[in-house]
Amino acid sequence: MSERAADSVEAVFREEWGRLLATLVRWVGDLDLAEEVAADAMAVALERWPVDGVPDRPAAWLLTTARRRAVDLLRRRQTYAAKLAVLKVEAERAESERLGADAAPTDVIGDDRLQLFFTCCHPALAPEARVALTLRYLAGLSTAEVARAFLLPEATMAQRLVRAKRKIREAQIPYRVPSAAELPTRLPAVLSVVYVVFTESYAASGGSALLRPDLADEAIRLARILHRLLPSQREIIGLLALLLLVDARRAARVDEAGALVLLEDQDRSHWDRTLIEEGRTLVVSALTGGAPGPYALQAAIAAVHDEAATVETTDWPQIVCLYDVLRATAPSPVVELNRAVAVAMVDGPDAGLALIDGLAAAGDLDRYHLLHAARGRLLDRLGRPGEAAAAYRRALDVVGNEPERAFLTRCLAAAERADTT
Amino acid sequence: MRYLLLIYSEEPTAPPSQEEIDATMAEWWEFDGAIKAAGVHLAGDALQGSQTATTVRLKEGERVVTDGPFAETREVLGGYYLVDVPDLDSALDWAARCPGAKYGSMEVRPIQEMEA
Repeated sequence: MSERAADSVEAVFREEWGRLLATLVRWVGDLDLAEEVAADAMAVALERWPVDGVPDRPAAWLLTTARRRAVDLLRRRQTYAAKLAVLKVEAERAESERLGADAAPTDVIGDDRLQLFFTCCHPALAPEARVALTLRYLAGLSTAEVARAFLLPEATMAQRLVRAKRKIREAQIPYRVPSAAELPTRLPAVLSVVYVVFTESYAASGGSALLRPDLADEAIRLARILHRLLPSQREIIGLLALLLLVDARRAARVDEAGALVLLEDQDRSHWDRTLIEEGRTLVVSALTGGAPGPYALQAAIAAVHDEAATVETTDWPQIVCLYDVLRATAPSPVVELNRAVAVAMVDGPDAGLALIDGLAAAGDLDRYHLLHAARGRLLDRLGRPGEAAAAYRRALDVVGNEPERAFLTRCLAAAERADTT
Repeated sequence: MRYLLLIYSEEPTAPPSQEEIDATMAEWWEFDGAIKAAGVHLAGDALQGSQTATTVRLKEGERVVTDGPFAETREVLGGYYLVDVPDLDSALDWAARCPGAKYGSMEVRPIQEMEA
């Protein structure tokens, strides 16, 4: 077959995978079966499209093919549940054909992905299972890609997905969109999965970076899908804005040698202005109309950084104010730490250090390398290199990933040199 | 679909006062009335304290009887409800409404249906 046909199948499939799967799940009520027949439809497409050409409505073609296959498989099962499912699929087909007769010739199939999002991110599933399910079934990554993204063996990831699907089926986790009343309690779990996918793109490292799927891109794609599905949800807008405003700095975050560059040392001319503009527009809507949520506030903080030409001209008092609101909305020791760093920029390193020492004494963040790293930097600025070196050593004890380890090792070496001179 | 809602809580170390007993029992009666009125209730009971438990095992065909629950844990099984509801979300809703969720933990387990 021609490579171009294979590419177009691949492109259509990846784009449509989540939608196709979500619709099939709604029809047959079973993620495994939906996955199997979607994969079968893909295989048929790979065979036929290079010969017959790509159909005018590729998504509808895939759905029809998958549906026929599902009915075949269900008929063979002969169970009562399978018979019910066949009836449901046939009824859905009659319904979609009735609608299709009146619909525009463009490719209009429904979008059931929201249900699938809420199932994959159900609180009854373990957090790491939610992330794996969402990447596999909504972002359309293969099991091997999801495994590589988390630097796990493929068999481990496959096992994780199998267990999660078994729980969905056996505990009967429903495929449904929560009611408006339930949304405030259910949406945060969905947003958190997307956020974890994004932060993982920064945190995890090692292996061959080239082989890893780009999780930042996947997270942004997922956030955009959610935003389209629930356009009025301000925390989704806030999350999308946050991801764009942080991702805008991607090119400046590491130097040519791959070493980590701190925000204050980044070459801001390498920041992506288009992403910043889009993010800023979104932040405004996320902050408008009632008390803002934690993602909107973090996005606002990212926007203040992105708007500044240098670290000195950054509106630090504004950032402290935003952290004040954030700590009232979503209190956490990490928020306190970030606020302390901003306070150090406004009131001097002594003021920041006093706050960080208070946090260190509380002990919650003792295994969080950034607490010790931030302490080290403030002690550096205060001309106390011996204490700074001790803080960097503690940070190195608990840091997990390689670029940050390399960065802290450089900080430690500099502090040790300053201490002996 | 049937789910078993298992009610776990710490057993009181000191006997509660009469007012405490009355207030707690009123909550339980209210929940019990609601779950029965909703038509999802199949069964439900409170158990005697874990000090009354006896564990039985067969070891190489020999019956071994020991005093106490099968595992010593801080929270012990104190009762259950068996409900018939459409899906896990409804089962979780009932579990969250149960006073057991407030005073301890509720474990929600789907019943394994045997295909005839």
